[in-house]
Amino acid sequence: MSSATEIKQVRISLTVNGARHQRDVEPRRLLSDFLREDLGLTGTHVGCEHGVCGTCNVLLDGQTARACLLFAVQCDGAEIRTVESLGTIDKMHPIQEAFWEKHGLQCGFCTPGMLISAVELLEHNPAPSTAEIREAISSNLCRCTGYQTIVEAVQEAATRMREQANG
Amino acid sequence: MKPPAFHYEKPSSVDELLDALTKYGEAGRILAGGQSLVPMMNFRLVAPDVLIDINGLSELDYVRREGDTLRIGALTRHSTLRGSALVAELCPLMAEAYQHVAHVTIRNRGTIGGNLSHADPSSEMPAVCVCLESTMIVRGKNATREVPAGEFFRGALETALKADEFLAEIGIPVRKPGAGSAFEEVSPRQGDFATTAIAVSLQVDSGVCRSARIAHAAVADRPARIESAEAVLVGSALDDAHISEAAERAAADVEPTVINYHGDADYKRDLLRTLTRRALHRAHENCAA
Repeated sequence: MSSATEIKQVRISLTVNGARHQRDVEPRRLLSDFLREDLGLTGTHVGCEHGVCGTCNVLLDGQTARACLLFAVQCDGAEIRTVESLGTIDKMHPIQEAFWEKHGLQCGFCTPGMLISAVELLEHNPAPSTAEIREAISSNLCRCTGYQTIVEAVQEAATRMREQANG
Repeated sequence: MKPPAFHYEKPSSVDELLDALTKYGEAGRILAGGQSLVPMMNFRLVAPDVLIDINGLSELDYVRREGDTLRIGALTRHSTLRGSALVAELCPLMAEAYQHVAHVTIRNRGTIGGNLSHADPSSEMPAVCVCLESTMIVRGKNATREVPAGEFFRGALETALKADEFLAEIGIPVRKPGAGSAFEEVSPRQGDFATTAIAVSLQVDSGVCRSARIAHAAVADRPARIESAEAVLVGSALDDAHISEAAERAAADVEPTVINYHGDADYKRDLLRTLTRRALHRAHENCAA
């Protein structure tokens, strides 16, 4: 087979948090590294790099995906949402507010992935049970909180989002 | 933890996929959901020269009934199958086993064809396919062949697929009246690979067991039927005594060879006994109509 030096870059074009980007990437470029290093979106964290910890979760065409198990080249034409799409320091997303108020984080390393998993859950299920919340975040590892406050934060976020939806 | 360099190909039809498989042979690997292959690449346990990305082949993504067979395209995602009303109705064993498969984010990407082709001995769906006597539709450039699930799995991470072939479809006989099934698993955490799992499918007529199929996972290098335990049940009324005897046969006759810190051989024999008994009782209970 051909040696690695002959490997061609591939031009991709994708939407990240509503903005179009076009880049030439090496096929082996992981989406997590593409987001962080090529686009400077360092909100997506990189933990285990083999799909176990969930801190690199992003939304790929509306569904959560491990950014460390996707090659950027696979995302040509895709729509990606990262934690940066949720809110700003002055105007947080209700899920972010709830994590803040319920102490759903300590060190914060797992938080981007937790928030993205919570977005997916609450978009499909506006009133999840505790068991459904636990199931939804079961592939996001947190080594600080013991999860209880994260579950409470997602529950609180669900309540706030329902209230907002009902005006 | 970065994958080694590779060439990237994205076929836009099954014919192009077959051309690529023929061209690259052992040097090429199919990329489907990537939930097992990409971790192995990140760890550099595998280093394919070429990745052949089949995610554009939407013609391989379907679940449909054809006569007495449920036909599932290889690129169908786990999330689709887990939420499928057709699977729940026609193949309740698969629907139940999906309650044990991975986590939502992994299921969003992972595919049934990739899962079966990867052939992890601790995975649930290979045991389901073996238990239900499913047929693997294997396509090559010059021929399509049907491989019984019991002959498809050849060992840990080994299948009957040749380098220029791919798994295109899984055909599963639909549930018949009087059939009952159950899936039992013990794993370290919800969503993890099994420490031991048992799949059971029974056929009962007038209170008598006409056929019994029991398959194990995570015990040996591949999923397999436990024929000595099945033989105990056929012709019986599936009473407690026969079910207990079948469970004893499962514990005595299967040699646990997948041994790790989640379970040694003695523990797996205990699990074989207990899970077989539980699964048989539950399958018997849901045999009605």
